[in-house]
Amino acid sequence: MPRKKIYILSAITSVIILAYLFTFTGTQLDYVLPRRGYKILAMLLISCCIATASIIFQTITANRILTPSIMGFESVYVLFQTILVFIYGDQTFQAISAETNFLLSVLMMIGFALLLYFLIFKKDKNSVYFLLLVGLIMGALFRSFTSFFQMLIDPNEFFVVQNSMFASFNNVNTKLLGISAIVLVVCLYLISRYISRLNVLSLGKEHAINLGINYNKLVKSNLIIIAIMVSISTALIGPITFLGILVANLSYEYLKTYKHTTLIIGGSLITCIAVIGGDYLVEHLFDMSTTISIVINFVGGLYFLYLLLKKDKPW
Amino acid sequence: MVSLKNISKSYGDKRILDDVSVDFPRGKITSLIGGNGTGKSTLLSIVSRLIPKDKGDVFIIDENITNLDSKELAKKLSILKQSNHSSIRLTIRELVCFGRFPYTRGKRLCNQDCRIVREAIEYMSLEEIQDSYIDELSGGQKQRAFLAMVIAQDTDYILLDEPLNNLDMKHSVQIMKILRKLAKDLNKTIIIIVHDINFASCYSDYIATVKNGKISHFGTTDEIIQTDVLKDVFDIDFEIMQVNGNKICLYFV
Repeated sequence: MPRKKIYILSAITSVIILAYLFTFTGTQLDYVLPRRGYKILAMLLISCCIATASIIFQTITANRILTPSIMGFESVYVLFQTILVFIYGDQTFQAISAETNFLLSVLMMIGFALLLYFLIFKKDKNSVYFLLLVGLIMGALFRSFTSFFQMLIDPNEFFVVQNSMFASFNNVNTKLLGISAIVLVVCLYLISRYISRLNVLSLGKEHAINLGINYNKLVKSNLIIIAIMVSISTALIGPITFLGILVANLSYEYLKTYKHTTLIIGGSLITCIAVIGGDYLVEHLFDMSTTISIVINFVGGLYFLYLLLKKDKPW
Repeated sequence: MVSLKNISKSYGDKRILDDVSVDFPRGKITSLIGGNGTGKSTLLSIVSRLIPKDKGDVFIIDENITNLDSKELAKKLSILKQSNHSSIRLTIRELVCFGRFPYTRGKRLCNQDCRIVREAIEYMSLEEIQDSYIDELSGGQKQRAFLAMVIAQDTDYILLDEPLNNLDMKHSVQIMKILRKLAKDLNKTIIIIVHDINFASCYSDYIATVKNGKISHFGTTDEIIQTDVLKDVFDIDFEIMQVNGNKICLYFV
């Protein structure tokens, strides 16, 4: 049954990709097609990152309404971008190349995550929820700093920052795609080795320990992998992990399984459909008058409310 | 034999277990009884490494569990806690298959694993509903499904924290009989926490009473089911009657 559903999702994804590539092309095919191709690649890549990271994160936290963004990765990213603009003003793009910016952003986010993990796990607190709480508070702190810096900078320069506050596929750097793809493949390989243990972990912490899982090790290594994947997707296109709640829950509802292999593949495909379809709508229906984050947050927000309000269904 | 040596555990300033030492005999059913909040569950959680202890050692046949690999321990000792709510979509059969995880480590179940899973499901008489999803079961059915998983784990030592929770009388009796059979036929060592004193009296070989973070009494069922001992443990009056060779306690009025 799940296999058939995966095929259906793959078919829908393919149709959307083809529509995205070959409709509204205009006459400049050799300009339009490669550009769209790279955009599609970027979208496939971040879809994989978001879906995988969110599903594993929800398994680890045993909570279906969390995404890794609660840890404050995105606020670290936006703060870093704001500080760059604060320092260099409208010279930012000359002062720092897109590649350096990407690398520094990723390093900042992963560094932040590692610092958080080591401080908390070292103290022998060993509670994932404690970790989340600290991440949440740090995120709020960084957002306050961001607002503070944004008050100080010139309104014109603020527009530069604003670009990085919303996800956008329009200016994805093709050089960064290669590096990101390699990192993603390494992450997915590592995850594939944890899959059966993650299945057991979805029963709950105590059952997992009872069945011989080294709980702390499993959680720590997966949190690090999640940090890497979220950092890549954020540095590549901007904050978008809210989408994670939406797609993870859609995968559970649609696939009705606990098996992470199926959930991750299905979730990635659903994310592709949401992201590519969303971008298609933004481009051709809304004529670029809105951003994909807004579309996804609007739809995702409504779905989130629906999840919270429906009481009759067990989940 | 499971031996506890000088186990202590505190949460903040609150001492939950205070220098507990006790030996649970092999191949027998030992019941842990005592009031709420006396530390029974904490004791079982420490023995099964679910929570870390502050002081002391736990031995399983002379082997200290801190030296044992968690994977190996999962083949020797299993625990089922009292609340088992799970939001994931899986069927009873899939749940019971998880009991084989310590042996398969995620690989495909071999014929022997499948046989053990089937037997565990039969033991708990869940054959007819084995393809139902566990989030659609009643509390009692769910409890039996999780017990089947523990049976499929096929460990020599089984720790159960209030396994009769949510169960009606018929299924409570059925489960206690199964536990007795497991102890007798397969020489399993079973330690359970029960609140119904009469189940403890009728089905266990030994009883340990827990009070104020200590084992206050330990002995054969006959030695513990005495009016003075029970009054000391629960602070209420008991009347004990002999019915068909079993001791039944009356404490309702």
